[in-house]
Amino acid sequence: MSQPASTTSPAAPKSDPAAKHPRVLRLDVRTLSLLGVLAALVVIGGITQPDSFLDTDNLQLVLTQASVIGVVTVGMTFVIISGGIDLSVGAIVALAGVWSTTVATQEYGFAGVLFTAILVGVGCGLVNGVLIAYGGMVPFIATLAMLASGRGLALQITDGKTQMVTVPGVLKLGERDSYVLGIPPLVMVFVAVTVIGWLVLNRTTFGRRTVAVGGNAEAARLAGIDVRRQRLYLYLLSGLCCGIAAFLLIVLSGSGQNTNGNLYELDAIAAAIIGGTLLTGGRGTIVGSVLGVLIFTTIQNIFALNNLQSDVQQIAKGAIIVVAVLVQRRTASTSH
Amino acid sequence: MPETTSRRGLIFGAAAAVTAGGLLTACTSNEPSDKSDDKKTDDQPVADDKKGKQVTIGFAGPQADHGWLNAINDNAKERAKKYADVTLETTEGSNDTAAQIGQVETLINKKVDVLVVLPADGKALTQVGLKAMRAGIPVVNLDRIFNTPQAYRCWIGGDNYGMGLSAGHYIGEQLKDKKNAKVVELAGLDNLELTKQRTEGFDAALKNYPNIKKVARQAAEFTVESGQAKMAQLLQAQKNFDALWNHDDDQGVGALRAIKQAGRDDFLMVGGAGALSAFEEIKQDRGVLKATVLYPPTMAASAIDLARALGQGKGISGMAEFEIPAHLTLYSAVVDKKNVDQYMPTGFK
Repeated sequence: MSQPASTTSPAAPKSDPAAKHPRVLRLDVRTLSLLGVLAALVVIGGITQPDSFLDTDNLQLVLTQASVIGVVTVGMTFVIISGGIDLSVGAIVALAGVWSTTVATQEYGFAGVLFTAILVGVGCGLVNGVLIAYGGMVPFIATLAMLASGRGLALQITDGKTQMVTVPGVLKLGERDSYVLGIPPLVMVFVAVTVIGWLVLNRTTFGRRTVAVGGNAEAARLAGIDVRRQRLYLYLLSGLCCGIAAFLLIVLSGSGQNTNGNLYELDAIAAAIIGGTLLTGGRGTIVGSVLGVLIFTTIQNIFALNNLQSDVQQIAKGAIIVVAVLVQRRTASTSH
Repeated sequence: MPETTSRRGLIFGAAAAVTAGGLLTACTSNEPSDKSDDKKTDDQPVADDKKGKQVTIGFAGPQADHGWLNAINDNAKERAKKYADVTLETTEGSNDTAAQIGQVETLINKKVDVLVVLPADGKALTQVGLKAMRAGIPVVNLDRIFNTPQAYRCWIGGDNYGMGLSAGHYIGEQLKDKKNAKVVELAGLDNLELTKQRTEGFDAALKNYPNIKKVARQAAEFTVESGQAKMAQLLQAQKNFDALWNHDDDQGVGALRAIKQAGRDDFLMVGGAGALSAFEEIKQDRGVLKATVLYPPTMAASAIDLARALGQGKGISGMAEFEIPAHLTLYSAVVDKKNVDQYMPTGFK
């Protein structure tokens, strides 16, 4: 299935505009489906809780809550499109968060906290990348090892204690005073990462190579792409996103905890999947994944506003994932 | 059936031994008065601070990934250091049932005199408690109770239902003169029995105040992150309410963050468990957090005291009996601005 797709790809520039039309249409159908689901959720929220759902505060709330996992998901999407997987994103968020909130790190102020979070994220991504790209380890195993090591190291650093943020600049970033035109800074970062992610995936050589590696790694290698280096860069990218997410999370929660980022890997993978990313690689969009994040966050929001408990939320989430995958299969059949 | 008989017999034998020890001590205390000056401290029926018989205590707790659990471990170790006659053997701690079973068995094999166990899951670790009792090592079951009393000699723990009662009554008294008062609840992990008990206690207490209605409840996960996220949602869902009870002070850090981020200060908040950060907020009295209800991590220190007395065949100070009790439920005290200084040293981080 993927081979015909890759065969079609090089031919695309030489074909007449009509050949491009089906591809664009297919993308639009998927995106429109997700937007439809989101619109349906907005209607449901608006009907069940008109006073609290449909207002600026709630929009800010949903987007803020989507921002941390959203940034992680952008990185995860790149990795999955390349045919890989990253189970360690939650652990990396926790580790970067606790490392950047130690008393020693906070002495360096805002810049110290931010730099440390990103550096730890990229560092973990580098370890993952080297093990997978050059060590020949299966992504699932390598990132599973990083998950365990990252959590363990985070626990060791904190000794189970909650590390409070004391740097005023970091705390202030999460408060209402910092909103610009009513937009929380965390949301701005999320939007920026999304836009940059979209541009990188769709408008750069790096992005095209990512899709090529995921579609058919051997063909990509024969085409002259350094597959190993590409994979390394992708895990670095995922680690970078985790570092940014860790910073956003400590701004949001005002602290670093070894339990932060719990099950982020599952949330990110789930959002990418319902967004249309194939776990086998070779296909996926940033827009789809971000819409996936927004769908899950909106559902969570509607449940909370209606005072429904979290066990029902988990069931709903699982149901949506199943439906999304079934719809994907139907779409895949149609494309054949 | 033979196995059951054997098990019961062994336990009865152990109990008989303890009882016999008690009786012997009682006989000793009835010595003629003209010899009372010669009575040795070892023969006293109640354990005190004076050095007595050497006791090795094995301590097995869960992994300290939450401030409260960390404080449990600290309390146990600090208390053991206080006694010259106590040797403490500790495991590294695990939240995995199988791993913790292995750790307890290691302590059994070391033939410690008394075991103190805080199981990650009380029901799941019952068998290893029974194994220790059958091996002749009495168990002090800390907080998360085993399935059967045969698995421990003494249980000591907090009062989850009582936390709810204390929080409910505190809020009730603060709002008793307010018509149509609304309260919201931020619970901990909903799949835990203790969370349900806390909610039941809270609801029961609020029934005493007809003017108060609980309008919303959401469950977080005892973490700062989940506390912030769920509280933000509760604040959005409930534009007006008069009081909030948050079950756990660690997730309370996140809840307070959400409250500050939302710019809300029109209600009072009661916390739970007794974190140092909560005590500091209460003392400063600059925000909505006015009180917290305790779930004392000092229970681990008391467990060491109980284990030492048990190992020395004595009762405990403050009680007339020659043996330690079978159950001790700790009170969930309310800590507010008036008494917070007194509790500051016990706050967990």
